[in-house]
Amino acid sequence: MDRSGLAVRGKSLDSALSVEDANSPSGSATLEFYQVSYSIGGNLILDNLNFRILPGRTLILLGRSGSGKTTALKMLNGLLFPTSGSVWVEHRATTDWDLIELRRSIGYVIQEVGLFPHFTIRENIGLVPRLKGWPPQRITARVAELLDQVGLEPTQFLDRYPRQLSGGQRQRVGVARALAAEPKLLLFDEPFGALDPVTRVELQDQFIALRDRLRKTSIFVTHDVREALRLGTEIALLCRGKLEVLTTPAEFVKSSGPEACAFMSTL
Amino acid sequence: MPPYLLQETAQLTGEHFVLVLSSMAIAVGAGLPLGILLTRRAALRTPLLGFANVMQTIPSLALFGFLIPIPIIGGIGKRSAIVALVLYALLPILRNTLAGILGVDAAVRESAIAMGMTGRQLLWEVELPLAAPTIIAGVRIATVTTIGTATIAAAIGGGGLGVFIFRGIASVDSTQILAGAIPAALLALLSDGGFSWIERRFETEPRA
Repeated sequence: MDRSGLAVRGKSLDSALSVEDANSPSGSATLEFYQVSYSIGGNLILDNLNFRILPGRTLILLGRSGSGKTTALKMLNGLLFPTSGSVWVEHRATTDWDLIELRRSIGYVIQEVGLFPHFTIRENIGLVPRLKGWPPQRITARVAELLDQVGLEPTQFLDRYPRQLSGGQRQRVGVARALAAEPKLLLFDEPFGALDPVTRVELQDQFIALRDRLRKTSIFVTHDVREALRLGTEIALLCRGKLEVLTTPAEFVKSSGPEACAFMSTL
Repeated sequence: MPPYLLQETAQLTGEHFVLVLSSMAIAVGAGLPLGILLTRRAALRTPLLGFANVMQTIPSLALFGFLIPIPIIGGIGKRSAIVALVLYALLPILRNTLAGILGVDAAVRESAIAMGMTGRQLLWEVELPLAAPTIIAGVRIATVTTIGTATIAAAIGGGGLGVFIFRGIASVDSTQILAGAIPAALLALLSDGGFSWIERRFETEPRA
């Protein structure tokens, strides 16, 4: 990859973005996909993605299984890198970030939750703050505050282990863990996909409340168009690695693209 | 048991214990890091596991014999006995370390990386604790087997409870055979029980 070429482009991106940054919510990141393609074993997974997400927005990556939405998400915390093009977080290409630092500033929630089975809820939520070297009293206070925010009674849950919780409770802990170290970016990979419909709606409501209060830049992957319309401030529809449309939920329902129509017909 | 055997039993049991302990210390010291290396370098898995596998297939008496003419690591005595026992113990330790770490839930590993753990933190805080019961089970199997195999060390002058057994066979004296076999069996049972207790303590998920 031609790094010097990237640096020049980076400069121009920086100047383009600085205007919007002046009145962006604090502690929230700008993201940019610049001609991003990704292929593995000769299969093109992402095909020339170009888009920008402004601070504080919630972008839904919508698409079928295999459309490349999870791949696109993993580009943001450096779990994957573009085969060509570049992904920018806070005006810096992911290839130029110290990955450990980048990842510690990003909250990540996945469908399987991925809580550490050998850590208590307290230790799970307090992990990134601990990795970042927060003093213990501050971690303790933060963990209790977060459990409260996601609707779990701290005294009841702090010292339990993940397997002693229900699926919905685990996912709440997953959200609390992602928020723990005050990240500037939140990534959600079908976090509510495995939950029963009632619990899912409860967690979606809570997501909306947190979204409106925290105003963190968030990317949310789902294949459920109903969830996309409820939770997003923007929806990006991926179809076989290509971006078909990126628009607001209100505009999305009027969209005439074939894949958008296919998704709308599921409603 | 005739009293003249008692003192010798105590001495040979001690020898046996030291033989097993030193072999296991070396086998764990080498097998654990090698097993971790195998989780990082898939290309090394076939040759290293293949080597450990072949070692296991060599009949133990033959392996002890093969070592006698080899300089430095071989010869007559405790040293070649320990080398042979280490080679035997390696496979279960390697295999269980590899299986234990690779068996860590992919979602848990991905979360750990995505949360900004360094490679070392991932290993020490996530992979090793979660793999611990499997790794300890490997050490447990290796130890119990080694206690039995170590009786053959006496054939090449390695000492231990095998001395009784070989002498008993030569003189058709079942008292002497039992004087070697019973303490060896007791050692094996004791260490098996001990490891099972440790294994339970390392079980990460509390039984709800």
